[in-house]
Amino acid sequence: MLIKKPADIRPSEITSRDNYLNRRKFMQAAALAGGTVIAGDVLPAIIPEERRAKLEGVVPSKFSTDETPNSYDDVTTYNNYYEFGVRKEDPYRNSQAFEPRPWSVEVTGNAEVTGSFGLEDFVKPHTLEERIYRLRCVEAWSMVIPWVGISLADVIRKFKPLSSAKYVVFETLLDRDRMPGQRSRSLRWPYVEGLTIAEATNPLPILAVGVYGEVLPNQNGAPLRLIVPWKYGFKSIKGIVRMHFTDQKPRTSWDLAAPHEYGFYANVNPKVAHPRWSQARERRIGADQGGGLQSLFAAKKQDTVLFNGYGEHVAHLYAGLDLKKNY
Amino acid sequence: MDTVRQIRFIWKPLIFVASLIPFALVVGDLFQITGELGANPVEEIQDRFGNWGLRFILIALAVTPARLILGKQWLARFRRMLGLFAFFYILMHFATWLFLDQGLLLSAIVEDIVKRPFITIGFAALLILLALTATSTTGVRRRLGRRWQKLHNWVYVAAILGVWHYWWQVKLDASDPAIYAAVLAILLGYRIWRRKKSGKQTALPSTA
Repeated sequence: MLIKKPADIRPSEITSRDNYLNRRKFMQAAALAGGTVIAGDVLPAIIPEERRAKLEGVVPSKFSTDETPNSYDDVTTYNNYYEFGVRKEDPYRNSQAFEPRPWSVEVTGNAEVTGSFGLEDFVKPHTLEERIYRLRCVEAWSMVIPWVGISLADVIRKFKPLSSAKYVVFETLLDRDRMPGQRSRSLRWPYVEGLTIAEATNPLPILAVGVYGEVLPNQNGAPLRLIVPWKYGFKSIKGIVRMHFTDQKPRTSWDLAAPHEYGFYANVNPKVAHPRWSQARERRIGADQGGGLQSLFAAKKQDTVLFNGYGEHVAHLYAGLDLKKNY
Repeated sequence: MDTVRQIRFIWKPLIFVASLIPFALVVGDLFQITGELGANPVEEIQDRFGNWGLRFILIALAVTPARLILGKQWLARFRRMLGLFAFFYILMHFATWLFLDQGLLLSAIVEDIVKRPFITIGFAALLILLALTATSTTGVRRRLGRRWQKLHNWVYVAAILGVWHYWWQVKLDASDPAIYAAVLAILLGYRIWRRKKSGKQTALPSTA
């Protein structure tokens, strides 16, 4: 595999938040006008190695919500990523030294195309899309996050899964030296997640490589993570190194840790309480910007919506399934 | 200055002010003077108050063993204040949950207290501490006589419920509540050991 050295990016070339948002509007307008945005060959790498490097050729998506995204700080300092520690600030604090390169993804199991793919080759055939999605954590908080990623359905089609492939299983990197949280036995490592093939080929899930138009920070699961917006956040596995097609329903990490609390489906559902807390409402992080007393009362909880509000796209996947039993 | 005056005019005010530091830091962080509360300020405030409530319970429970081991009788004079600070922080923890987390939504509050066992036991601990606080004045103590100590032994139940409440609500990693549980086990274990050793003695020596 040829690894090219990416061109240096001067700070002046990095888009400010305001410009970024303007650019988004511009691109949406361009898309509306029927214009096609073509990725230029300006940068040698699709996913640059530099921290916070801007991603090129990102197109908007009709699946994006028009809700206001959370701040970059909220998205990148309040994370659950036990590979870097169990506290919310741990991933940000403990992942700064992590180098997500070189990186490859191993594709195995019941598919016509399998093998090990370098990150660039894995992402290259696909269009980078911005998907602004709601994220609902099983801990009853939520955010709105402007991810950049590629359609998981497109990726899966490339590998031509066999009819025996009923599930897609994902695995996070296992590296106790680079991921200090794996030295503790908080979960069984490596982290494992999975989807049915029908869920995985739904248009909504993406493999994210960026956020806010920039490369994905380590604490958010660099360089490649899953986003499944109608399921609780723990389904959206980070730091993916393996995709496996199988006819066996996998035992996922949280299911193994506490099977009566976390199931395979983990669909956002206000009517199915976690055994220890209600899922009927959620706190939208960031409603309380700026500090001060008024900010505390602004952080009011909102009602949680079935399938996190993505029911029109995914409800049919669960027709006839008892969602209380299949939590 | 004699010891009594020293305690009253120097040590008690000092410990009082020191005990308010965690509260002051929450306020300072809220207004972004001393720091900040992070992306989820309500959760952060609730966790800090809860943690300090448990810490003050343990500190207050450490007074008697420290007094007996060190032979410094005057240590007992700090016990009430430390216990009251435990109640203060637990009350702030509860108020944060009631007003900021639940937004005073009565149905959700009742549902949580009834249906979520970890909240039920936390609430029970709060009620115990409320009763102990209400009977903490010197006058009430004198009136209750021997019954006062019996009533205030309930602090052991409150401490156990409090640590259990913490342990039960963590998602997976119980290493923090385990530290509280270990300290509590030592403090209670010491009392049991001492009681066994002294044989016929039925209660811990009064500190009045």
